[in-house]
Amino acid sequence: MRKFLLEGLLRRPLTEAAPTDPEIAAMALATGQAARRRLGRSLSIRQLDAGSCNGCELEIHALSNPYYDLERFGLHFVASPRHADVLLVTGPVTKNMTEALQRTYAAMPNPKWVVAVGDCGRDGGCFAGSYAVEGGVSAVLPVDLVIPGCPPSPKALLTGLLSLLDAAEGKRA
Amino acid sequence: MDQIETPMPQTFRNQPAPCQTVSATEWELAAVEAARGRFELFSLWATEDAVHMALRQHVSGRMEMLSLPLTDGAFPSVAAQHPAAARLERSITDLFGHRAIGTPDARPWLDHGRWGIAAPLGAAAPGPDLAPYEFLPVEGESLNQVPVGPVHAGIIEPGHFRFTAQGETLVRLEARLGYTHKGVDALMRGASLARGAELAGRVSGDSSVAWAWAYAQAAEAALAVEVPARALYLRTIMAELERLANHIGDIGAVCNDGAFAMMLAQCSILREEVLRAAEVAFGHRFMRDRVVPGGVTHDLDSAGRAAIAALMAHLRIRFPALIELYDGTASILARTVTTGRLASEHARRFAAGGFVGRASGRDFDTRRDCPYAPYDELTFSVPTRDDGDVNARIWIRIREVEQSLALIEQCLARLPEGPIFAPCAPAGAPRAGLGLVESFRGDVLVWLALGADGRITRCHLRDPSWFHWPLLEAVIEGNIIADFPICNKSFNCSYSGPDL
Repeated sequence: MRKFLLEGLLRRPLTEAAPTDPEIAAMALATGQAARRRLGRSLSIRQLDAGSCNGCELEIHALSNPYYDLERFGLHFVASPRHADVLLVTGPVTKNMTEALQRTYAAMPNPKWVVAVGDCGRDGGCFAGSYAVEGGVSAVLPVDLVIPGCPPSPKALLTGLLSLLDAAEGKRA
Repeated sequence: MDQIETPMPQTFRNQPAPCQTVSATEWELAAVEAARGRFELFSLWATEDAVHMALRQHVSGRMEMLSLPLTDGAFPSVAAQHPAAARLERSITDLFGHRAIGTPDARPWLDHGRWGIAAPLGAAAPGPDLAPYEFLPVEGESLNQVPVGPVHAGIIEPGHFRFTAQGETLVRLEARLGYTHKGVDALMRGASLARGAELAGRVSGDSSVAWAWAYAQAAEAALAVEVPARALYLRTIMAELERLANHIGDIGAVCNDGAFAMMLAQCSILREEVLRAAEVAFGHRFMRDRVVPGGVTHDLDSAGRAAIAALMAHLRIRFPALIELYDGTASILARTVTTGRLASEHARRFAAGGFVGRASGRDFDTRRDCPYAPYDELTFSVPTRDDGDVNARIWIRIREVEQSLALIEQCLARLPEGPIFAPCAPAGAPRAGLGLVESFRGDVLVWLALGADGRITRCHLRDPSWFHWPLLEAVIEGNIIADFPICNKSFNCSYSGPDL
């Protein structure tokens, strides 16, 4: 353990430094400003799986690894919808999850945003047309942003969350 | 136990699936023998007018497939004899409407009364309102129930857990799943081979390669397609990269559920590096839609080869240091050792695949015991343990990481030249094939029936978690509620895979 702690002190961080990656650098700056303008603090995200294959969840998890380190942008995941500003929904919305999705959304305080993640969240993806799915998050809730992909990469997810902040700014100003 | 030196050649590997039509009496006898341990139940599924069972003979290792035509829309319950069949059987009734005579549990499983139709693959009549789901009764003094889910606190798949505790100690866990049911069986019906491959690769997102490979195997067996050697080696590299990413990520995640966050951080670095190498080599982090019937869609170029070779060298240095960290930290071992012990008897009866079975003495790995090319040409060992606790499941995965590294290195060294794809022409007659592949979680089974035009008439996909979930319920008994997350993560069952 001591070896790892020492190494942590002596090594350069693995987190991809913002200046070497213009896209993430721009993202860091804009996210901070937009979030502060809107809420005066960081954004809390509640993730909900509405029947995904688990692929999107894996990439959302990756946002917390040292390479992406989501929290440096002021974005973080919370356990309760009552603490959340953003509902990040994956999956084609299975009918068996519709009520749980609606109740989670209802439990969130205003103002709130809904982000549909993945091709499934967009329109049901390859599961569209099945008797068991609603066919995308917008069939059940008002969606502010879609981040497509199967699954979207962690980078695409970060970019998407940034553009949400800008879109929300315009919509509610 | 008898050790078989050379695994029996499996006829289903390179020809249409053999199928034996049996009488109701023989069907029931097979169920009894499965319960006794002469056969292992590999799957149970239905078509419009029959039910089918895949069994593996315990001694010879031979796979058998039995089919029983329905009588008045019903068949003798397998679950009545063999509990491992219970949820598969309940799903048959939900999806097809076939009744299981003598079933010990007539509650619906996948059908939550929200589809608007009943028996979507059978009569597909308007769905009646279902009564609220009845959990199994629990009797005793000072019991309290804790309902959890379907929406959980973390970023994980949805499912409902009903805990009954006496003080801190759990006396029963009952899971209710089906929340992620997407109707894949119905979408498969009438689909083209290519569309089927797209769906198969999305049964369980963490096992895209394994599922796509099992599906491709079933199609190739049904249509007698010879897959080019290079494609088989590329599939192996992808499958082992997938195993590496999942095992390494989960070792960290299990430790995180024991409040050892440093392991999660360190393991998530290595997992990310595996996914990045996969993207360089095969153009997608999860290598989705890369394995198709007939071969693979993406060849490995010199840059990809270099990325994988560099990853192997890197992991060989970094991974052992992490294992030393795990093994040298008493506070995490205090959480994992003796926690969530799965008895080998249970693992054997439920034919538990993957690291769950191998940590509890079930010495089975599809790659060795139902071998498929090119694993029969590669050298690897199958680690097993008998202690069956959270620690044992972590160690099996550690050992399997080491085996996967060796397998990828062998594949890179021997990678044959040549084409990566062979076309799959329709057979001109109905055909069926069986696929069986070792995913990181255990054996995934695909039974695929094709019409004369090459379109899918039925595709059955059986995830290893079908048999893991009930075992998790057994494992948790007598543990404290606070240890549920670490036990659960040490199994890491799929929700989407069995919910379909």
